[in-house]
Parts: sequence; C-alpha cells; structure tokens
Amino acid sequence: MKKHEHTSVSDRNLFGFWVYLMSDCVIFAGLFATYAVLGHATFGGPGSYELANLPFVFVETMLLLTSSFTAGLALLSAKQGNKKTVVAALLATLLLGAAFLSMEISEFIGLAAEGSGPGRSAFLSAFFTLLGTHGLHVFLGLVWLIALIISVVRRGLTDGNSRKLMMFSLFWHFLDIIWIFIFTFVYLFGTLAL
Amino acid sequence: MKALRTYILGFVVSIALTVVAFALAQMHLASGHIFPTHELAVPALVALALVQLVVQLMLFLHVGQEPKPRWNLLAFYFAIIVVVILVGGTLWIMDNLTHMQMQEPYNVFEEENIFPHGHAE
Amino acid sequence: MLGKLTLDAFIHGPIETGAQLIVILGALLVIGLLTYFKKWKWLYREWLTTVDHKKIGVMYIILAAVMLLRGAADALMMRAQQAVAVGENVGYLDPAHYSQIFSAHGVIMIFFVAMPFMFGLINFVIPLQIGSRDVAYPFLNSMSFWLTVAGAMLVNASLVIGEFSGTGWLAYPPLSELQYSPGVGVDYYIWALQISGAGTLLSGINFVATILKMRAPGMKLMHMPIFSWTTLASMILVIASFPILTVTLALLGLDRTLGMHFFTTDLGGNAMMYINLIWAWGHPEVYILMLPMFGVFSELVPVFAQKRLFGYVSMVWATMLICILSFVVWVHHFFTMGAGANVNAFFGIMTMVIAIPTGVKVFNWLFTMFRGRIIFKTPMLWFMGFITTFILGGMTGVMLAMPGIDFELHNSLFLVAHFHNMVIGGVVFGLFAGLAYWFPKIFGFMLNERLGAYAFWCWLIGFLLAFMPLYALGLMGATRRLSQVEPQWQPLLIVAAVGACVIALGIFFQVLQIIVSVLQRKKNPAGNDPWGGRTLEWATSSPPPAYNFAHIPEVSGRDAFWLIKQGTSGSASASTGSATSTAGSLNANESAGLVKIELPKNTPLGLFIAVAAGAGGFALVWHIWWLAALGAVLVVACALIRSFDEEVEYEITV
Repeated sequence: MKKHEHTSVSDRNLFGFWVYLMSDCVIFAGLFATYAVLGHATFGGPGSYELANLPFVFVETMLLLTSSFTAGLALLSAKQGNKKTVVAALLATLLLGAAFLSMEISEFIGLAAEGSGPGRSAFLSAFFTLLGTHGLHVFLGLVWLIALIISVVRRGLTDGNSRKLMMFSLFWHFLDIIWIFIFTFVYLFGTLAL
Repeated sequence: MKALRTYILGFVVSIALTVVAFALAQMHLASGHIFPTHELAVPALVALALVQLVVQLMLFLHVGQEPKPRWNLLAFYFAIIVVVILVGGTLWIMDNLTHMQMQEPYNVFEEENIFPHGHAE
Repeated sequence: MLGKLTLDAFIHGPIETGAQLIVILGALLVIGLLTYFKKWKWLYREWLTTVDHKKIGVMYIILAAVMLLRGAADALMMRAQQAVAVGENVGYLDPAHYSQIFSAHGVIMIFFVAMPFMFGLINFVIPLQIGSRDVAYPFLNSMSFWLTVAGAMLVNASLVIGEFSGTGWLAYPPLSELQYSPGVGVDYYIWALQISGAGTLLSGINFVATILKMRAPGMKLMHMPIFSWTTLASMILVIASFPILTVTLALLGLDRTLGMHFFTTDLGGNAMMYINLIWAWGHPEVYILMLPMFGVFSELVPVFAQKRLFGYVSMVWATMLICILSFVVWVHHFFTMGAGANVNAFFGIMTMVIAIPTGVKVFNWLFTMFRGRIIFKTPMLWFMGFITTFILGGMTGVMLAMPGIDFELHNSLFLVAHFHNMVIGGVVFGLFAGLAYWFPKIFGFMLNERLGAYAFWCWLIGFLLAFMPLYALGLMGATRRLSQVEPQWQPLLIVAAVGACVIALGIFFQVLQIIVSVLQRKKNPAGNDPWGGRTLEWATSSPPPAYNFAHIPEVSGRDAFWLIKQGTSGSASASTGSATSTAGSLNANESAGLVKIELPKNTPLGLFIAVAAGAGGFALVWHIWWLAALGAVLVVACALIRSFDEEVEYEITV
C-alpha cells in the first residue's frame, strides 16, 4: 500500500504522547509554583522542615529511579525481540513502582492521622496536592503497566505493543524526572529550613 | 549493547547525583545549619537537580537524538519556556504582591528612605 | 445514596422554572422527533459513533449554535434588567439570580459557543486544507467532542437541577469558596470546565500532530495556508495554557470538596494566587480564540479581493510572535490588585507590544484588498465588519494596557465594552465569516445571500448600539455586573438594550437563513469551488467524500489549489484547462485505476467515556461519592478496552 503520509502511525503516536507529556510538565509547573508561593503558609502546623525525613525519602527515590531503569531495560529488550526479558523487566518496574507508592501512601496516612492532613494549612494543601498528583500519575501508570504486561504476555511483541511500550517508558521516565524536582525542592530544601 | 551502556550510565550517574544531594542536605542538618551554608547549599542542590534532569533527558528519554525535523526537541524547548515564564513570573508577581500588601516585616524608614533627623543613619 | 441531591434542587423561582421548561421541552422535542422519524439507529451509526473529522466539525457547530441561543437569552435578560432597574425599581431579577445569569452568559459564550464553533471550523477544514485524510488521532477527536458536550450538559443541568455559580465566568475566590458560595453552582462550573477542558487539551494535541505530521507531500510549512498556521499557533497555546486552567480549577475544587486551603481567607490561603494562575491561562485563551479567526480572514480576503494574500511571510511571523507574546501579558487583567509599579510597567509594556504584530496583520489584509476587485458577498461583509470594529476594540485595549488608565477603568463598563468589542467584532464575526465561507463546502449548497446580509447588518448595528454606550458609561463611572443602576446611566442603558434586541434580530435572520437555504438547497448546489478558492479544501467535492482525497495531492507552493487550477503544480493528477470541472478531479478517480484506502472505524467509546465523565462530574457536584467513583472507573475501563482493541481500521476501494 502506497504510504501517502509522511510519517508512520508509530511516529505520530509517539509525537502526540510526547506533546501530552509537555502539557503535563505545565501542570506540574503550576503545582510547583503554588507550592513555592504557599510554602511558608503553615498556619502553626508543620512545615517542610518537619516533614523532611531524609532516609525515608532516599529509599523512595531509589525505588523510583530503579524502576525507571528497569523500564528502560524493558524497552531495550523489546527492540531486541526478547519477550521473556521484557515481561521480567516490566514486572520489576511494577513491583518497584508499587513499593514507591505504598511508601508515599503510608507517609500520607501517617500525616493525616496526626492531624496534619491537607486541610490543616495552605502549605499542607500544596504539599499533599503536589505529591498526590505525582502519586496519582504513578498509580495510573501502574494500571497501564498491568494492562501492558497482560497484552505482551498474550499477544507478544506486536507493533502495537512495541508502540505502547515506548509510550509507557516515556511516561515512566518523565515521572522520575518530576520526582527529582519534588525531592529537591520539597524535602531537601525542607531540611535547609529556609 | 551500546544502548544498554547508555541506560546503565544514566542509572549510575543519577544514583551518584542523588546521593550527593542527600548527603549535602544531611550534612547541613547534622552540622546544625552551619555547613554547608544556605548560600552554598541552595545553588548546589538546584545544580545537582538540573544536571540529573539533563542526564535523564539525554540517556533515558533520548531527547534531541531524533532525526530531523526535531519536533520533539522543539516541543520540549517550548515547554521549558512556558514553565520558566509561569513559575518565574508567578514568583515575581506574588512576591511583589506580598511586599506591596505589607504581609511581611517592613521597616518604613529604610524602605521609604525616611530619616527623622534629616540625614542617613 | 444521592449525596446532597434532594427534590428541593428541582424547585426554582418563576423565571428559572420557565427556563427549566424550555430546556426540558426542547430535549423532549428532539427525542420525540427522532423516535417519530425512526432515526435512532441512523443517529447512532452516522453521528454518535463517528470518528470522521468532517462530521465531528458539524456536530461542534450545532452544539455552539444551540448554546448561542442560551447565551444570547442571558444577554437579553441582563440588558432588560439594567434598562429598568433604576431608583425605586428593582427590576425583575434579584441580585443573586442576576449573578447567575452573567456568570452563565460568560461561561457559555466562551466555553460552549466560541470554543466549539472554532473547533468545528478547524475540525472540518484543517485536514482538507493540508491534504490529509483525517486528523492524527480520530478516536481522540471523537472523545474531545463528546467531552465538550458533557461539559455543556452539566451547565444545562444546572438550570434544571440546583443552580449555577454566581461568581462570574472566572469564579474568583474567596467568593467562590465554600464559605461564601455554599451552593452547588461553583461545583457545576468547576466540573463543566474540567471535563470540557480535557477535551480541548486533547484536541490541541491532535491538531498540532495533524498539522506537523500529516501534510500532503511537498507541502512545507511555509506553503501552508494561513488558516493552518494560525490554527497551529492556537493549538500550541491550548497545549501550553489549558494545563494551567486544569490545575487552578482542581485546586479550587479541592478547597471546596476536600476542605483544603489554597485560596481560602484562613489557614494560610492566598486568593491572589488563583487570580494570578487563572489569568496565566485566561490571556492565552483569548488568543486561542482570536488567532484562528485571523486565519479565517486571511483565507477569505484573498478570495473575495481576487488577489493573492499580501505579506505571507510577515503574516506567519506575526502569528508566531503573537503566540509567544501572549504568555507575557497576563498581569494586565489585574493591574489594580496590588502589584508594584515595576511589575505593572513590565506587563503594560508587553501588552502594548503585542498590538504590533496584530497591526502587521491588519495592514496585510488592507494591502491585499488594495487594487483587488472586491466581491461583497456575505463572508466579505463579515470581514468589513470585523476590520472596523476590531480596530476600535484594539485601540481601547491599548488604552487599558496603561496601568494608570486601567486604575480608572478596571471592572467598569468600559472594560466590558472593550472585551465584547474583541470577542464579538473579532471572534464572533470571524466565526460567522468562516461559516459563511465554508458552509457550501460542508453541506453542498449555498446560503441565501440576502438573508446573510440582513443578519450581518443587524449584528453590526446591534453590536454598535449595544456596546458603544458602554464605553461612555464606563468613563462615567459605571461598574460592571450591577443588577441595579444609577439614574444618570439609564438613557444609555436603554440604547444598549435596543442594541441587544437588534442583535437578536440578527440571530433570527441567521436561523431564517439556514431554514430558507435548506429548503432551497436543490436550486443552489455549491459545486466544488463556488468562490474561486485558492486552497486544497476547494479541490474536493461538496461535501467531500469520507476519505477526502482519492489521491493525496502533491504540493509545490502556496495556494496549492490555485497552482493546480493554473496547471503549474506538477501534481500527478493535475488536469488541463478550466478551473471548474477539472477541479473535482482530485477526488474523482479518472484514469489511475482503483485505490485502496484505510479509514478508521466508528466507535462508541468516545461517547461512553464522556457520559461516564459527565455522570462523574454530576456526582461530584452533589457529593454522590459512589457514582463519582463509578464514573472514574468507567472512564479508565473504556480507555483500557480501547487500548486492547486491535481492529480499529477498515479498508475501502475507490
């Protein structure tokens, strides 16, 4: 069939997904700006200094970073056509991502239980929303990942699956990049007690 | 294989950058906010984050490595511009507002250049 | 079970009940007609599940037309109230109700008339203009449309169940916070905009990908029609700015629904942050609306002046400059809200700078007309109306750009006159011009010229009568959004009310024009190229076939169709000689043998996702938590079902 379009479906889909990720950047920029403006509006409640538990956040960071690496491995294996490694790497990504998320949720529950939930102050609203939005993206990514794993197991490394794998890995790397800024500007800056 | 090395390199460098950043913050805390100082720590942490950003962009996301026309790269640059304008603009405006609405400590004599006895103090 | 929803929500005062009945009767009428003529299957198969950009475009325009009636009704009610509510007379609308009307008017006109209408034109025209068979993501296109409908339905539901917000079209806190707006109105507002906003963002991504990746072979960016360029710029703005709206409304929603404190007056909230963020979106938004309209005019002026567009390159540069600059002017919407002189000065200067590329465009159109042979058909009439009124509005804009002047005129009727000048004189006239220009292509028959001219003159005269007095009133100190007015303002407000009635007459003529044209359609077939067009959409039949082009044309320069007509494009299927009969040869298949074309299949999933989202939004408004969760789950489930679907295309032979 004569290819009358300049570009393939794959190229088009990846571009569109990339543009969507750029719009997601703007969402996070808005949330970071809000966090910066409301950063000191603690209204007598805990601030970022109190919230910054460095060992805990370091473990979270390593979990997410490693899952980003395994997602990259999955993509590499897909390019080499190695279905078993793909599934293994994706499962590793899933487990590491889920571990990250459970740590974050436990932190949230702990804070809420001691009365420092998002309704306590403007700062906490901003904190929970910034981290919560990132966490929501991670959660939806995990849902997508499960669907992807099922698809790869059942149908193998089809064109469609390879395309989706590429998009997923873009998404997952992007989430780790956002996390770089979260741990720097929320937690590390928090310990500086600016 | 080359591609695998790219990912491993990215992974290792990211770990290193992260460890350094956390160590810096931990040192600051452990020394009672004395070392490193704020003036040192803030730019250092920002720089470490930005370097890790570039590392992950290039080695994980392969930004800038597409064949021409490089639409993805262009979209990325545009997003950066918007983010800088939005965050920078917001910080400038809101800070200015806070100052003008006197929501922070304000020394009227210094600010307005008023000196009761007709000369600078 | 049903959250806060009780039967009380259905009980309203007399005027609202009247509106309620109109909405319900209208819905029943549509349902009745569909059942009587046994058209449900046809509707489902041909329209509800379509992924064809041309049909989606038509549906967007129909949505806009229906919502225009509601927005105009709101306007007439406001003008009537202000014309009589002087002194002892409190008019027929109490302040709370009046607030809901001006809020609904703004929200409906911007989000559910102007945006859908614009997307309707863009949807229909862009793939044809760039020589493509469809947009980049046909399924997302369908979903975007239905998400917009879901948002519109939420706004309409607020008329029947509960109330709408009374906080203006941007819902500033603290008024829009739970403490001062405890009802459901602001929640309806938030969810209507979040849902339709998601649709808009996806459309932005769709059209950027379409324009950048799916142009016909040989069509370089600098060969594209200006309408495609302005659409590209507008969609870039959508992608960059709508996320800001999403964030801001989400934060307000979190304040109201989960008791957070982003913008509250206590516990550390900062209401100014909302205003900063909402206008960081809001200013690009007005350029999102305006740029495609500039493109429409750039298309029709060369055709109706019978002369090539003057200054194509400068047009492109002006467009992209406006695109970038629209991001650095947003503080001009809140000069008075406490920032210092240096902040205000920077943004004031940038606001004035952005008038420069706009001026370049105006001169280019005028130079195009100079020494042309003008054909005063309806599209050109709308352009003439635009060029005069828009200049005026632009100049008052430069006035307002100066912070010192703005301190006097902020939130006065002068401001109201200015932005209606831009939105009506600029956006609305552009939309009507575009519709008049492309209607023959979309439907295959011509619109009645005489009624079109009557409609235009009523709109122009009505607009001038309705809004010029408002400039004077603003300078006299009249504030916006007042349900009761000072006696010295009354004479001019009566003139304005008359103007609103003349506009209503214009709308009446437009409706009449459609009806008459439909009845006379057999006598007025459009043919492929009724106006002597210059761009590729005129190369197809009217209406075009589902696949747009049997053979995708090869393009070698600007005004691609004009080149084909002159026989100089080198296109594989270029024919000799005349501009009319052979112009259709691009979609007919004369000598090259049969072609296999893949088209995307219809799917109901776009509709289902929107219904689930709409139901979820409704549930969040009324705190029906189980339904909200169900809506969210269904949206994700439908997306997953779609992702597992491998058979999404079918093949035809033409």
